[in-house]
Amino acid sequence: MSSTVPSAVRRPRRARGRIGGHGWVAPVLLILPTVIVIGVFVYGLIGSNIHTSLQDRHNIGPSQGFAGLENYRDLFTDDDFIYSLRNLLLYTATFLVGTLCLGFLWAWLLERKARGESLFRAIYLFPMAVSFVASGVVWRWLLNNAEGDRASGLNRLFGTLHLDFLQNPWWTNERWGILAIAVPAIWQLSGYVMALFLAGFRGIPEELREAARMDGASEWQLYRHVIFPQLSPVALSAIIIIGHMSLKVFDLIMAIAGQTNYTTQVPATQMWIEFTRGDYAKSAAIGTILLVIVAILIVPYLVSTYRQERRR
Amino acid sequence: MTTDAIPAAVASRIPGERSRGIWRTVKYVLLIVFALVILLPAYVLFVTSFKGLGDATPANAWKLPESWETAGWSRAWEQLGPALGRTFAMVIPASIISSVLGSMNGFVLSKWRFPGADVVFTLILFGMFIPYQAVMVPLVQLMGNLGVPNGVPSLIVLHVVYGLPITTLIFRNYYAAVPVELVEAARVDGAGMLRTYASIILPISAPAFVVVLMWQFTSAWNDYLFALFFSTSRNGPVTIALNFLASGQLQDYSASMAGALIASVPTLIIYILLGRYFVGGLMAGSVKG
Repeated sequence: MSSTVPSAVRRPRRARGRIGGHGWVAPVLLILPTVIVIGVFVYGLIGSNIHTSLQDRHNIGPSQGFAGLENYRDLFTDDDFIYSLRNLLLYTATFLVGTLCLGFLWAWLLERKARGESLFRAIYLFPMAVSFVASGVVWRWLLNNAEGDRASGLNRLFGTLHLDFLQNPWWTNERWGILAIAVPAIWQLSGYVMALFLAGFRGIPEELREAARMDGASEWQLYRHVIFPQLSPVALSAIIIIGHMSLKVFDLIMAIAGQTNYTTQVPATQMWIEFTRGDYAKSAAIGTILLVIVAILIVPYLVSTYRQERRR
Repeated sequence: MTTDAIPAAVASRIPGERSRGIWRTVKYVLLIVFALVILLPAYVLFVTSFKGLGDATPANAWKLPESWETAGWSRAWEQLGPALGRTFAMVIPASIISSVLGSMNGFVLSKWRFPGADVVFTLILFGMFIPYQAVMVPLVQLMGNLGVPNGVPSLIVLHVVYGLPITTLIFRNYYAAVPVELVEAARVDGAGMLRTYASIILPISAPAFVVVLMWQFTSAWNDYLFALFFSTSRNGPVTIALNFLASGQLQDYSASMAGALIASVPTLIIYILLGRYFVGGLMAGSVKG
């Protein structure tokens, strides 16, 4: 291999990314299986799902005809679905703020060579290796709603520590119960955000900090004008990833509250319930709405990533 | 803590360094408190899994077991054992196939490009972000029409298909860092695409394969959504069996928690052995090229 390198140096370099005289048939053939599979399983099925969502098809039988946007109108006038959307919004906001704050704080604490850094990092990250279903087993118990003598989990802990005012019904609270689901989600993914921020911190050249200090910048000014701007792409990545995971929340709710629990209902759990009832049109419509919500977040990001790639 | 206190004390003797010493102490206290909070659920899982039926009560919730019993573990194993076998049978082929395909895609999209490669790549990438709820209704039909049986076979197909975007992304980013000269030299010397891939790209791919394989293994192992739609508690993977066990009418806390630990052992082992690469996979997931 090493003997072939000089031969390339001797010849004039081709433009980057150009295919010389080799044509593009071979690479296209190699990637074709993936393109077909993704075309069918992603784009084809999205189209088919939208088609189903426009049908009058509310049982396992064939469609009873075209229904237009009726299924969507029904959903947006249904208090249950509005409640699901509200829950999704509350959950996403809490989850995002929680993971970003904790993730940033942990990365900041570990940023300068801390003793035992690798141990702390490993502990903060380990929940990511565990499935939501498995962590849901313990969190259902930790977030048990019983109070007083019957309390287990966190309510018991608060009672023992004489912090009784912190006892609450967790996910069974009708108004804010969904926020309780964000607690294990934050527990599980803050470490991930920490890893992202840590990489961001490590990517800031030491000279940049030194230069700012030489210019007499205070610690706060250093952060304000040097470190935060350097970290903003990382923060954006974190928001996109955590945000889209959040919009898809399903496993955790199924594991903690179960599918039929009204207080923690979100579009993804509702979609599953409608599916098991055989209401395919409604189920498909909920899926499409979720897709639109996620796409609003993701598509601008993908387009800008694409543009950056082109510019290289 | 005592080991940290010594340098802090030394530092405080130097004028102006006192506040830095206090800051160091605060920093370690915070780090330790957060670590304990993170480990709290693991503590609960562990001690409860060893409690007898009468011992797993609210009053004893945070206490160590009165006597360490393994009955919960054997009850959990009875229920999860077969599902664990099925999960391995599903996850291993699914990870290998999606990784190999991802490697070839990544090579083509970074080093042997064709017109429109960026558009194709972006369209593949979108598959990583879609909520699967948006394809699930027709997907169930399609898999039925294709005649893929529910349970392990269906899940292998699905994890391969929907794993392709991320495996392609990770390999593409990895190969993008390979010097163009290597590939161009092979081209100039007359090597075709497959030859270049096999003799130049594949031999240097091991680190990327480690990342992708463990990433795919973990995400397929932990999947619940596809498993719910495409299997039952009789032919499903361990997440289905675990949720079935834990949400049963009989509140068998010790068995549920032992089950949660059993279901997490393989991914935790991977995490402990290959943690460095695990972070690599996470980073790749952040679409930073």
